[in-house]
Amino acid sequence: MTALINFLENLGGRATGSVHRLGFASRFLLLTLRNSGLCLRRFSLVAREIYFAGVLSLIIILVSGLFVGMVLGLQGYDTLVRYGSSSALGVLVALSLVRELGPVVAGLLFASRAGSAITAEIGLMKATEQLAAMEMMAVDPIARVIAPRFWAGVISMPLLAAMFSGMGVFGGYLVGVRLIGVDEGSFWSQMQDAVDFQEDILNGVIKSVVFGIAVSWIAVFEGYDAPPTAEGVSGATTRTVVNSSLSILALDFMLTAFMFRGA
Amino acid sequence: MMKRKALDLWVGVFVAMGLGALLFLALKVGNLASFSAAEAYLIKANFDNIGGLKKRAPVKSAGVVVGRVEDIVFDTETYEATVAMSIDRRYGFPKDTSAKILTAGLLGEQYVGLAAGGDTVKLKDGEKLKITQSAVVLENLISQFLFDKAADGGKDGK
Repeated sequence: MTALINFLENLGGRATGSVHRLGFASRFLLLTLRNSGLCLRRFSLVAREIYFAGVLSLIIILVSGLFVGMVLGLQGYDTLVRYGSSSALGVLVALSLVRELGPVVAGLLFASRAGSAITAEIGLMKATEQLAAMEMMAVDPIARVIAPRFWAGVISMPLLAAMFSGMGVFGGYLVGVRLIGVDEGSFWSQMQDAVDFQEDILNGVIKSVVFGIAVSWIAVFEGYDAPPTAEGVSGATTRTVVNSSLSILALDFMLTAFMFRGA
Repeated sequence: MMKRKALDLWVGVFVAMGLGALLFLALKVGNLASFSAAEAYLIKANFDNIGGLKKRAPVKSAGVVVGRVEDIVFDTETYEATVAMSIDRRYGFPKDTSAKILTAGLLGEQYVGLAAGGDTVKLKDGEKLKITQSAVVLENLISQFLFDKAADGGKDGK
């Protein structure tokens, strides 16, 4: 009987705990947005973080994009050639990249490459009491540390996703046209015919902006909220990757349901 | 800490690459360059049956894409489908142009094919096409074929 009560208590505690954290996280996001004035005036603060979050993620994003595109080219050709429509390879590669894989895979990579680094950095700053020291010097850590990292993530993410998609299309072109020998003209022209700027590309960009906001928010929040111990920071880093990956996938489903209902 | 200038350079390169990739997607992958709805006029056509025609489907004449399907609504007075198409301003069509719903390939998507007539007066914005031909519905085609076969069989039997 006590085991059952304990179990129920645990369950309730977890539920209220996560709602509690969600509320705190939302309040934290509002606070970050309200204190963004400084970093938008002094853009060099954000530029520095864009370097760490965006520029240093370039290699992994470009290489992954190239390989994802090449695999799409191979697999897509294999399926399409059965229906005698291998000339639609460009459409398949471009649509799957621009609509889904670009934003989602770039988001997942961004979460694990940059999000975890942001959390670990902020968590350690808190653990070594750098944030407290800043407050002592009347420097607002939210405006000086959190907001630039948040905005750097929001700015970097769509750019990275666009590069991922572009590189993927190039990879698909390499494998499809150069290696397998699909007709180059129909590869590009069918692609251009089928990919709509507003419907496909803009919606992909909207997705990547939303993912950028979600990942950056989770990363800075987990870092700020981390218990100031070695274990706490490591746990927060793990939570950043897990939570942002899950929220990317969940948000992707919701956005896709809104955007492409096949009307 | 890296020098400020090198950092700014890298961030600049990064942002330029990102915007370049977006431009590549918009111009090379997408169809932003080829057709914009800003310089288009609208024509309408009634069809008995539109089959699987969808919004944004291409409107072609002689195989060239001249416009897009803007809207498809059901007309409650004639019980027909009214298809609104936006046609590129560069292409004018005679008043007696006919519209057909065609299929690209055997399994391809459906599009509207325009065949120009001989009238000297051009279609104006918002005008309706008089001559239309519905989509071929496979079931109707098959049932017609079967009826014909049955009729033939009946004759031969006698």
